[in-house]
Amino acid sequence: MSTAPAIDWPADIHAALKAAQVRQVGYVPDAGHSRLIKLCTGDAAMRTVALTTEEEGIGLAAGAWLGGERAVVLMQSSGVGNCINTLAMIETCRFPLLMIVTMRGEFGEFNPWQVPMGQATPKSLSLAGVIPQRAGDPARVGEAVAGAARLAFSSYCAVAVLLSQQLIGAKSFQK
Amino acid sequence: MTRPNTLDRRAVVASLLKDRGDLLVVGGLGAPSWDITAAGDHPLTFPLWGAMGSAAMVGLGLALAQPRRVVLVITGDGEMLMGMGSLATIGVQRPANLTLAVLDNESYGETGMQETHTAHGVDLAAIAAACGFTRAETVRDMAGIDALRERLRRNEGPLFAQVKIAADAPPLVLPPRDGGLLKNRFRAALLGPDAALA
Repeated sequence: MSTAPAIDWPADIHAALKAAQVRQVGYVPDAGHSRLIKLCTGDAAMRTVALTTEEEGIGLAAGAWLGGERAVVLMQSSGVGNCINTLAMIETCRFPLLMIVTMRGEFGEFNPWQVPMGQATPKSLSLAGVIPQRAGDPARVGEAVAGAARLAFSSYCAVAVLLSQQLIGAKSFQK
Repeated sequence: MTRPNTLDRRAVVASLLKDRGDLLVVGGLGAPSWDITAAGDHPLTFPLWGAMGSAAMVGLGLALAQPRRVVLVITGDGEMLMGMGSLATIGVQRPANLTLAVLDNESYGETGMQETHTAHGVDLAAIAAACGFTRAETVRDMAGIDALRERLRRNEGPLFAQVKIAADAPPLVLPPRDGGLLKNRFRAALLGPDAALA
């Protein structure tokens, strides 16, 4: 895959969020999200909100929906664990929720402390009522986010797009 | 150790919500939501029955989505302590239309009145001030509540008030528990029935 032409998948995610009329972007930074955060910060139609911890983003998204706006929450897989109790509000009130999670603790991980939460991320999300959807092919990340946004906002579901570590790794090697 | 806290929580909340008009209200988990309901159940109140620590952030998302409406979050000291990082997040966003009122009885009232950190001098108003709130104060009398009720409509926020209330437990007055109902009636009242279904 290192010889494949570079695909600007963060730009594809940004375009998908824009098409889905997402206005609030809550995030705890991750290297894999850095380009997307820059694109959203530079977009006058989006309000980026830096969070001190990931569960703040779940409250933000609920408040945004109450006020008639759509939100997305960006985080790394380690942050999913921080969200669990707050996700009860999403399920019990049937708030739509769109999360985009960069995965750690899987393909080529060098930090053993990332592995337990990374490996537990899809199951933890499922147990908390969030539908995990894997995206690993750079050419199809945009459509994965578009589909997840539609599932979230049109079917009132909580959905997390999991960006495979293989995808993130491929990007960092190109930089 | 400190001055006695004598403010009556129900009187404080009733005063803050007097002639509430188009005010948007978020209630924090526990007694603050019962106090809000005692002042009158209202479709433009979203009371949290869980998600402890999230009231301020729900208020932020709502305030950013509705910049022309006034948003008041009424929560407790224990709930606010659990979401203290959100004070920093709000301090960065600086929504002019958002006010946090923390009913501080220095106790976890729902679980047996154990002392919270504020009983030992942790100063939430000072923390909010250091996070960049336009105004952060400790309120100890009803004149301060009257002033807060006027100020929160001036669009000069974010405002923070730590309201020192007596540690008592008035009778339960519960809002609806169905989260779907609470969410949908809020959106219908704010956005109109058609938008709420979109």
